[in-house]
Amino acid sequence: MKKTLSGAVGLIALLTIWQLAALKYNSVLFPGPYEVIKSWLDLFKDGSMTEHIKTSMLRFAIGYIVAAISGIVLGMFFGWFKKLWNFFNPVIQVMRPISPIAWIPFIVLWFGIGDIPAVVIIFLASFYPVLLSTIAAVGRVDKIYLKVAQNFALTRFETLTKIVLPASFPQISTGLHQAIGTGWVFLVAGEMIGSQSGLGFLIIDSRNNLRPDWLLAAILTIGIIGLLLDELIKWIEKQIYIKWGATEKHEG
Amino acid sequence: MYIEVKNVSKDFKQHGQIFKALSDVSLDISKGEFLCLLGPSGCGKTTLLNAIAGFDKISSGSVKIDGQEVKGPSARNTTLFQNYGLLPWRTVQSNVELGLESRKLAKIEMHEISDKYINLVGLDAFKKNYPHQLSGGMQQRVAIARALAVDPEILFMDEPFGALDVITRANMQDEITRIWQEYKKTIIFVTHDIEEAVYLADRIVIMAPNPGRIKAVIKVSLGRGRDRDVKEFFNIRDNILDIFEMKNHDAIEYFL
Repeated sequence: MKKTLSGAVGLIALLTIWQLAALKYNSVLFPGPYEVIKSWLDLFKDGSMTEHIKTSMLRFAIGYIVAAISGIVLGMFFGWFKKLWNFFNPVIQVMRPISPIAWIPFIVLWFGIGDIPAVVIIFLASFYPVLLSTIAAVGRVDKIYLKVAQNFALTRFETLTKIVLPASFPQISTGLHQAIGTGWVFLVAGEMIGSQSGLGFLIIDSRNNLRPDWLLAAILTIGIIGLLLDELIKWIEKQIYIKWGATEKHEG
Repeated sequence: MYIEVKNVSKDFKQHGQIFKALSDVSLDISKGEFLCLLGPSGCGKTTLLNAIAGFDKISSGSVKIDGQEVKGPSARNTTLFQNYGLLPWRTVQSNVELGLESRKLAKIEMHEISDKYINLVGLDAFKKNYPHQLSGGMQQRVAIARALAVDPEILFMDEPFGALDVITRANMQDEITRIWQEYKKTIIFVTHDIEEAVYLADRIVIMAPNPGRIKAVIKVSLGRGRDRDVKEFFNIRDNILDIFEMKNHDAIEYFL
């Protein structure tokens, strides 16, 4: 309760300062909160904001889910066959620090423009955290679970699906959490290349139309959705930890 | 003999030095016997258990169960661990059903079996609970139910009650005795608790470290439903203390 109150106070203070600052400048350069919120509501009213959000969320969902599934599957594989991972590890370590944005020229060359570049960029941004956390998680599965699997004569495949995956899931979920953040950050970049819709496109479009109020409305929307996504995955993570019997989050 | 351990040795390499966890151990165990492996830490009792259960490869010698060489863990035997090894993401019921799932039983049959063993250990009210919602003793009961559900011939128990408080521990000792009498399993039970061994075992195998070996085998000829404070009980315990050289007259050097 107290936390919510402090948050509200902070928010009101920010809006006040913003409004006061905006009075000093030309609204074409720096629109105030009143204008921005008004334009924001207008964008909702004519339905364009809802469309942009829907499009962006869909692209994000596809990129993220493909990254999550492939990251977990490959992570399980490499975590299990550790020797094989030793071959791939250096390659991944070189690839990982490259910003997905650096790939944009190639992405456009290979995939053209439209929905796919955004999806690919979100994929690239989300994939590595999931992959690496899964590999680490599989390596840390308590040996006793593997003994139990042997004990009850589970096949290798059963051991992976019934023991290793659920046992490492709390730690994998940490990677999934990290990935949702980075993936969302790169959504804007992805949608700036040749998209004709989405929140990233709205930013480019606002610039071309000299509408800083739309620009800020788009930025706010991205921030708010990012926050909601984070809260959602935090909640899911908490449920996982509760079900797995860990009262609080602890890694390793 | 049902289980034949012949001249088994097990070496570990540690910092380039060879450490003899087991040295030339031979032991016969008959079907339906309750056998305790007793000794201080480092005496190789768990190593011996793992060798018979098939978890550890031995360096030399042979282990045979029912005439067949042990090559790896078998679904015919199950092991109970000190920290239970329950899967925290599964309910009590689905933990108990873990070993049954590969048998292609109908759901109802599977539930019938799991219900039977959950009732046996007195946890019927908790079958939808998760392990972390249960006390240590209850968790070990779940592990016992899970082990029994696959109807094993041998139960290996590696200090299964080591993490429990004294009272719960005594209850669990009664419980396992009752189950053993009812189901006639062969039980091989590792412990470092002398009284626990005297209370439970038909025979106690006393082991010593450096290198891990069998020091003595004691037959416990007390009837079941044993009393912990009768002379016969103390006699056997004293006998074991003697073998471990833990009695006062041997400790006289401490006063020098």
